[in-house]
Amino acid sequence: MPKDFGIGASSKRREDVRFLTGKGRYTDDINLQGQLHGYFVRSEVAHGMLKRVATEAAAAMPGVHRVFTAADLESAGGLPCGWQITDRFGNPMHEPKHPVLAEGKVRHVGEPIAFVVADTVEQARDAAEAVEVEIEDLPPVLDMKAAVSGDGPLVHDEVPANLCFDWGFVEDNRDAVDEAIRNAPHVTTLELVNNRLVANPMEPRVAIADFDASTGDHTLYLTSQNPHLIRLLMGAFVLGIPEHKLRVVAPDVGGAFGSKIFLYNEEVACMFASIQLRRPVKWASTRSEAFVSDKHGRDHVTKIELALDDDGTFLALRTDTLANLGAYLSTIGSVTPTYLHGTLMAGNYKTPLIYVNVRTVFTNTVPVDAYRGAGRPEATYQLERVIDKAARELGIDPIELRRRNFVQPEDFPYATPVAVEYDTGDYGAVLDKLIEIADLAGFEARRKQSEANGLLRGLGVNTYIEACGIAPSNLVGQLGARAGFYDSATVRVNATGGLVVMAGTKAHGQGHETTFAQVVAEMIGIDETMIEVVQGDTAHTPMGMGSSGSRSIAVGGSAVVRATEKIINKAKKIAAHLMEAAEADVDLADGTFTVAGTDKTVAWGDVCLAAYVPHNYPLEDLEPGLEETAFYDPANFTFPAGAYACEVEIDPETGKVRIDRFAAADDFGNVINPMIVEGQVHGGIAQGIGQALLENCAYDENGQLISASYMDYAMPRASDLPMYVVDHSCQTPCTHNPLGVKGCGEAGAIGSPPAVVNAVLDALNSGGHKVDHIDMPVSPSRVWQAMQG
Amino acid sequence: MTKVSMTVNGKAVSGEVEGRTLLATFLREDLHLTGTHIGCDTSQCGACVVHVDGQAVKACTMFAAEAEGAEVTTIEGIAAADGTMSPVQKAFQEHHGLQCGFCTPGMVMSAHALLAENPDPSEAEIREYLQGNICRCTGYHNIVKAIAAAAAEMRPVAAE
Repeated sequence: MPKDFGIGASSKRREDVRFLTGKGRYTDDINLQGQLHGYFVRSEVAHGMLKRVATEAAAAMPGVHRVFTAADLESAGGLPCGWQITDRFGNPMHEPKHPVLAEGKVRHVGEPIAFVVADTVEQARDAAEAVEVEIEDLPPVLDMKAAVSGDGPLVHDEVPANLCFDWGFVEDNRDAVDEAIRNAPHVTTLELVNNRLVANPMEPRVAIADFDASTGDHTLYLTSQNPHLIRLLMGAFVLGIPEHKLRVVAPDVGGAFGSKIFLYNEEVACMFASIQLRRPVKWASTRSEAFVSDKHGRDHVTKIELALDDDGTFLALRTDTLANLGAYLSTIGSVTPTYLHGTLMAGNYKTPLIYVNVRTVFTNTVPVDAYRGAGRPEATYQLERVIDKAARELGIDPIELRRRNFVQPEDFPYATPVAVEYDTGDYGAVLDKLIEIADLAGFEARRKQSEANGLLRGLGVNTYIEACGIAPSNLVGQLGARAGFYDSATVRVNATGGLVVMAGTKAHGQGHETTFAQVVAEMIGIDETMIEVVQGDTAHTPMGMGSSGSRSIAVGGSAVVRATEKIINKAKKIAAHLMEAAEADVDLADGTFTVAGTDKTVAWGDVCLAAYVPHNYPLEDLEPGLEETAFYDPANFTFPAGAYACEVEIDPETGKVRIDRFAAADDFGNVINPMIVEGQVHGGIAQGIGQALLENCAYDENGQLISASYMDYAMPRASDLPMYVVDHSCQTPCTHNPLGVKGCGEAGAIGSPPAVVNAVLDALNSGGHKVDHIDMPVSPSRVWQAMQG
Repeated sequence: MTKVSMTVNGKAVSGEVEGRTLLATFLREDLHLTGTHIGCDTSQCGACVVHVDGQAVKACTMFAAEAEGAEVTTIEGIAAADGTMSPVQKAFQEHHGLQCGFCTPGMVMSAHALLAENPDPSEAEIREYLQGNICRCTGYHNIVKAIAAAAAEMRPVAAE
């Protein structure tokens, strides 16, 4: 019988009532007394010399308080990058300055040039029209291959060939991989594009900065996944505000998918303006601004080579990738295409030799950074596509080819040739589960039915692995991270037994208020309603790195467990005193302390009361009160894995692809709330299908973003998508965190794009069209053209 | 500035607006009904759907002045006065039809409008009706389930 509370229960979300009744409190719902409104003048050209910015006319417009330009921001630093990559030759990456407002040059359409602050947003917008910007156009750098050729224009004069760095991983494997590929009986080669995407959370970004001159306090309300990280970056690196005088508050956040990790120009400008004007300053992005200012995702061009022997055993893998950074290094823009990508190239397979080369390229486009999956979808897509191609070339069933090369259950812990150690997994069992839930036995009959209807049906099956729970701080420190990647929780018990969990993570749709309460309820044996979860406010939560990379339950949840364990340990001491028993004999179950071998009991609430009203209390040995904090630094990444199946029907007349069935079997280790986990998988799959079939962030030859609104950027709608069959019953618990959890937020977006594209190619090839590859998005026109040969 | 008067969630309200003020802005900024969300600027996303004289309308496609004299219902007017949620709202919670909650008010308003028009929609009809509401979190699966469940709940039980 399903549990009705605690770990493993599909508890209904406590967040929902406020969201369903219009009582959510998002950043744009906040308005402060005396607040001014900001509006940005942005570059309309991709690349040019900024000759003149004349603000006098705008400054004289009604309601305008100030118009800021780069000249005003001389005291501010540039936006920092949080991870320094060392290149193949041992050199640090190039780090050109990322100014808050354009300095000397503009480098992408949408780059902020001036910030107009006025009484109302309409006045600010009107005045922005009056800011005169003179730009001398330069030829834009757009195509990555041309950009690194060495004889084109430069985005940053100090970065030769627009190459931020040339990264080899693992560099010591390079020669051995080359030799293995040279000598292999069979090598399958594929060149592909991982299309540029825009994260598009439904809530656009908003910032409200409030400097209080009377106290020197700075408060920033922000649409953020990680308010502590923002405080550190903005305070210590950009504006020089000591952290104890800077509070960052992220209220309800309306989705993020990575795009609200980063420190952005706009919130820095708001805080700078608030300090100067001594008034709160609010900026709310329009969707049109979001397209040209939210960090974009993906955008890799890759050549991948898989060497196999005659029976399909993988011998070696080599990849050569150009990864687009856009115009500037974003907060974690350097690590997304490198360590978050290269470390996953082994996939679920025992490929003995792997070498990954990534060259990161500056172009005159919006900066690129983490988007749901962040590097791992790029790794999975190329690997799972080249395996399907190899299967077709060798005449081996693609499912069988994968199975032959799986890391086997007895191989764990398994050290890959790309520097990570998988702790646990059972890829064969997950694949078997997929075959069952996707009813692959019925596929041939469905294909015949489709054929009878004049349609081509195809099946795509792939596996994926990802690394979540970032990350062991000492390891990532060696790899260039400029931050630690622990997380934290404080548990504050109240005198009457209720408690508050203050988390260093920050949910933005994932329901942590519910999930974290379930964990604590389970551990103490009290009702979930006795537990409140506070997050997203640096004044009320311990320093944590926030919610990204499917890390919240694996790292943040572990911190919640550790803090609760400390609470329970202390509570047992108090209970032992109250029951006049030895501490070692005290147990806690279902909210009641007992003494082994006796009928003595004391209730949870009585122990809490004793802690705060310590009349009968061991004060000589124990402090009163019941409040504990834990910081948890993980010993390893976690490695969720799964197998996905997609069935498509193609209309040969139009090339239109319809997804008929989609199934996902995932191993997330232990699951806290199955309902929430399944919802995360659904949403990830929808974004993966969006990437595969619909979404594309497209620039024209002048560097104008031509997919800059929902009229042109094809967001998946309800009628584009099927119902999904999902399963997470194959569970190999993580071996190194206390909950045995792995993380589930990104899996769907990682596992689904290759399933869709493999299904399309299967449909075409089974219909007699010899097509090796179609780049995403697999639009009707691309499919139709491929069918014409 | 123009004076506008309308009924919002059963209460008579009025305000001074510029000609260019959108109904969505008036609801949010003047009436502080912040449950109506603004997720785009091309009338695509549907986060701002409200009911105007019983019809589902994107509040960003209408000037506040155009709603003069109208009966407007927003997400804040859907639950009963005692806070009891509507069958649609309950079904969204029961079936996990929301994650971040940002598109949710528009989804609930559209779902109510759909069920008023068609008390027994098929899955395809639900998906078709939601063309104008974008959700980035749920992949729509649980939204579709929730609306179908709410429809079943709201349909009068056939007499024995």
